Amino acid sequence: MVDNDGRNNRDYSLTGRDAHFAEACGLANADWYHCAIPRKELKNLLKRQDGPAIRDTLIWISALAVTGFGGVWFWGSWVCIPFFIAYGVLYGSASDSRWHECSHGTAFKTRWLNNIVYHIACFMILREPTIWRWSHARHHTDTVIVGRDPEIVAHRPPDILGMLLNLFAIKSTFHAFGKLLLHATGRLDPEEMTFVPEMEHSKVYWVARLYLLLFVGVAAGCVALASILPAMLIGLPTLYGAWLAQIFGLTQHAGLGENVLDHRLNSRTVMMNPVFRFLYWNMNYHIEHHMFPMVPYHALPKLHEAIKADCPAPYPSLLAAYREIIPTLLKQRRDPDYFVQRRLPDHVVTNSDTENLHLAPAE
Amino acid sequence: MSITDTPVWILACMVDDIEEEDVIRFDHGDRTFAIYRSIKDEYFATDGMCTHEHVHLADGLLMGYIIECPKHNGRFDCRTGQAKGAPVSVNLRTYPVKVEDGRVMIQVR
Ligand code: FES
Repeated sequence: MVDNDGRNNRDYSLTGRDAHFAEACGLANADWYHCAIPRKELKNLLKRQDGPAIRDTLIWISALAVTGFGGVWFWGSWVCIPFFIAYGVLYGSASDSRWHECSHGTAFKTRWLNNIVYHIACFMILREPTIWRWSHARHHTDTVIVGRDPEIVAHRPPDILGMLLNLFAIKSTFHAFGKLLLHATGRLDPEEMTFVPEMEHSKVYWVARLYLLLFVGVAAGCVALASILPAMLIGLPTLYGAWLAQIFGLTQHAGLGENVLDHRLNSRTVMMNPVFRFLYWNMNYHIEHHMFPMVPYHALPKLHEAIKADCPAPYPSLLAAYREIIPTLLKQRRDPDYFVQRRLPDHVVTNSDTENLHLAPAE
Repeated sequence: MSITDTPVWILACMVDDIEEEDVIRFDHGDRTFAIYRSIKDEYFATDGMCTHEHVHLADGLLMGYIIECPKHNGRFDCRTGQAKGAPVSVNLRTYPVKVEDGRVMIQVR
C-alpha cells in the first residue's frame, strides 16, 4: 500500500484497509452537515408532482424518436452524423440523470412512472438496476468516503486515461459487460456483496440475463440486416453518446475533499444553461441534491436559493468548473494528497480532521 | 425515564404540535418515535428510526399514509409500518395512539 515516494496509497475497495478505517473512525453511516431550512419551506420543496417529469420525458422521447428517425433516414450519407450525435447524447448521456432521479423515486409523484423510466434509462446507460439502486444508496450514505463509497469516479491519484476512455464509455462498458457475465452466471463480486442485500441477488441475476439477451437480439438484427444500424440505435449510443454525461459527471465531486462529512466540501454546484439543465435534470445543483436527496430535480433551483447563503459560491459555468478540475487532477497525479478546499461562507476550511485518514499507518 | 414491560400510555405531543399530513419526532427515555398526523386528522406512531440505516423518519416526508425516509427515500406505511420496497425491507414497529383533550398519547411497553 506504500508507493515509491513512501506515501500510503488510498484503498478504494469496499473490503480493504480504508473501509475498516472508515468504520473505525465513525466515517461510515455518519451524521452529515445540513443547512438549516425551515420545515415548512422544506416541505414545499419536497412536494411531488408528475407534471414536470412527464413533460420532460415526453420531450426526451420525442427528441429520441426524431433524431433516431433522422439517423435511419439518412443512413449511408454524411447527413446522418448530426442526427446520431444528437441521438447519442439523448440516449447515452441524458439517460444518466434519468436513471439517477428515478432511482431516488423523486422525479415523478407516481411510483410506477419512476420505475418504468428508471429501468429504461438503466438499460440505456448500461447500469444494472438493482446493483445501481443499492450502490447509489451507499453513495448517499457515505459520499466520497474512501473504502465506503462505490461511486467515487476520480480516485487519487486519478486514472486520467480511464476518464478519457469513458468519454466514450469504453472502460465503463468493458467493466459493465464483465459484471453482466458474472451476474448472469449467478454470482456477485465481494464488493457488491457489501451493499446488495441477499434478497435482491436473484433479481440481479435475472436482469443480467435479460440484458445479455437483448444485446444478443441486437447483434442478431445486425447480422440479419448485414448492417450495424440496429446497434446504432440500441447499444452503441451508450458509448458514442456518453461524452456529455462524463463531462457533467466529473464536476460532481472530482478533486474535492474526501472523508469529509459535509457535502459543501465534497460536491460542486455548477450553474448551467437551460439545455444542459434539461439534459442533466438539474443535477448541476449537486450540493443541494446530496444534502436533501428527497427534493425532486425540478425544485433544486429553489432549494439552491434557499440555502445558498450557507454554501460555497457556485461555479458560474461548466468552463469555470473545469478550470479547477483539470489542473487539480493533473496535480493529484503527482500529489494525491492535494485537493480543492472549498471556501465556506463564514470561514475558510484549511483542512479537515478526517481528510488525511488514509495517512494513518498501515497495519 | 424507563419503559417497562407493561403497556403504558404516554403523552407524545399536543394535536397542534403536528401540522396536517406531517410527522414529528418524539423522544422518550432512550427511545425515539415518529408521530404522524394524516390529512384526515388521524394520528399514528411508529419507531422513529428507519429500518435501513440510522436516520430519523421525522425528517422525512409524509404523503398520504406513506412516510418517505430522508436518506434514501425508502417508504413505509405509517399505519401498519409496512416497508414498501428497496432500499427498505424490514417493517417498522407501530404503536397504538389515542387523542384525549387535545393530547396525543401513544402506548408503549
Ligand atoms: S436510511 Fe431510510 S431508506 Fe435508507
